[in-house]
Amino acid sequence: MGRIVTNESANSEASSVLSLFGAVLKRDLMLAYRKKSDLFNPLIFFLMVATLFPLGVSPEPDFLAQIAPGVVWVAALLATLLSMESVFKSDFEDGTLEQTLLSPQPLFVIVLAKVLAHWMMSGLPLTLLAPLLAVMLFLPAEGMSGLMLSLLIGTPTLSLVGAIGAALTVGLRKGGVLISLLVLPLYIPVLIFGTSAVQAAVTGLPLAGFFALLGAILALGLVLAPLAISAALRISVSG
Amino acid sequence: MSTALLHVDKLYCERDDRILFEDLSFAINAGEVIQVEGQNGSGKTTLLRILSGLSNHYEGDIFWKGSLLSTVQDDFRRELLYFGHHPGVKAVLTPEENLHWYAAMHPSIDGKKIAMALEQVGLRGFEDSPCHTLSAGQNRRVSLARLYLTSAKLWILDEPFTAIDKKGVAQKEQLILDHAANGGSVILTTHHELAISEKVRRFNLDELAGT
Repeated sequence: MGRIVTNESANSEASSVLSLFGAVLKRDLMLAYRKKSDLFNPLIFFLMVATLFPLGVSPEPDFLAQIAPGVVWVAALLATLLSMESVFKSDFEDGTLEQTLLSPQPLFVIVLAKVLAHWMMSGLPLTLLAPLLAVMLFLPAEGMSGLMLSLLIGTPTLSLVGAIGAALTVGLRKGGVLISLLVLPLYIPVLIFGTSAVQAAVTGLPLAGFFALLGAILALGLVLAPLAISAALRISVSG
Repeated sequence: MSTALLHVDKLYCERDDRILFEDLSFAINAGEVIQVEGQNGSGKTTLLRILSGLSNHYEGDIFWKGSLLSTVQDDFRRELLYFGHHPGVKAVLTPEENLHWYAAMHPSIDGKKIAMALEQVGLRGFEDSPCHTLSAGQNRRVSLARLYLTSAKLWILDEPFTAIDKKGVAQKEQLILDHAANGGSVILTTHHELAISEKVRRFNLDELAGT
């Protein structure tokens, strides 16, 4: 009898957590949809950076093919970084962040939903756009799957880690530069394994190892980053 | 002796080397309305942020129903409604969407009565307009609509009447009295002359400020 009751309460708790997650996700996606500039800025930046390389360095296909994995990954990384500042900023400014922190609901879940919403509006479209850039930079077709998959597993980590920086600097008037300083060093492992995966794909080497590493970093980020983000938000709002 | 709802013991807070208050002790019992007074910069908002748990730049102890606030945060937040300096309204969302979000965040807010609450605060017909098209007063009304929806025991209201018209203020004052009559407690700051002042306990931060 007692066990059934626990099961039921656990069930209702799980469903309430899910509905909370859904409500936050839906709200943030709706906000992004209504404020489209936030949505398109990083994407346009991503495209521009990649088009500048053939113009500025060399339009030679062989050369471009060689730097393509790195260029696409660096551009994706910087585009994510650019979009990071807005994650908590408007919530902080209009007071909804205070109300979020005063909620009795688990902040871990709320933060995770917000980061997922951010990724769906930055990392995911970047991943979908990447093949276009790859073609522009003459990346061999064999590298395409590696590029897409590595971005798919890597960009959520970028959002998670970036959100820690955004949460720490949300109370500052000009936090943008500081986010870069805080977060860029932490992006380096993702960048290394991400580009290595693409290069391995191009040369026909096995990819599983790189994806496993990227996946491991993502798993670690999913568990730990929301804790750090929550704590950072409390500090920022308290100050 | 019944324990007070909220009990503050020897609170001390300084900001930029200026002591805002020290040795501040008071208790709020169920059914009480407290108005915190003081001139601009006397620390009213700081005090309310400390009491709501948003800020922890203080020394001293705060007890919620007899236990230390930091140990019962979740229970406390379940019974708290905080109306801050910023109204907490998303400009690109409609009043209805804003309140639905509140209902998702705070289980004490009843999402089923939102239409009724919006009518009470005079926003009927504006349900579907994004809040950035509404006036400042209307935006604050959206946030104040929570007062009609909440089952929270303790209301902490920081300048709730700013930009609200006379009729709206009278309504909210009545709402505050009703809440107190039902055993709830309210702490508020305002520069308005309250029409219900005889039922309100006041204390003045200027008199408590350190020298």
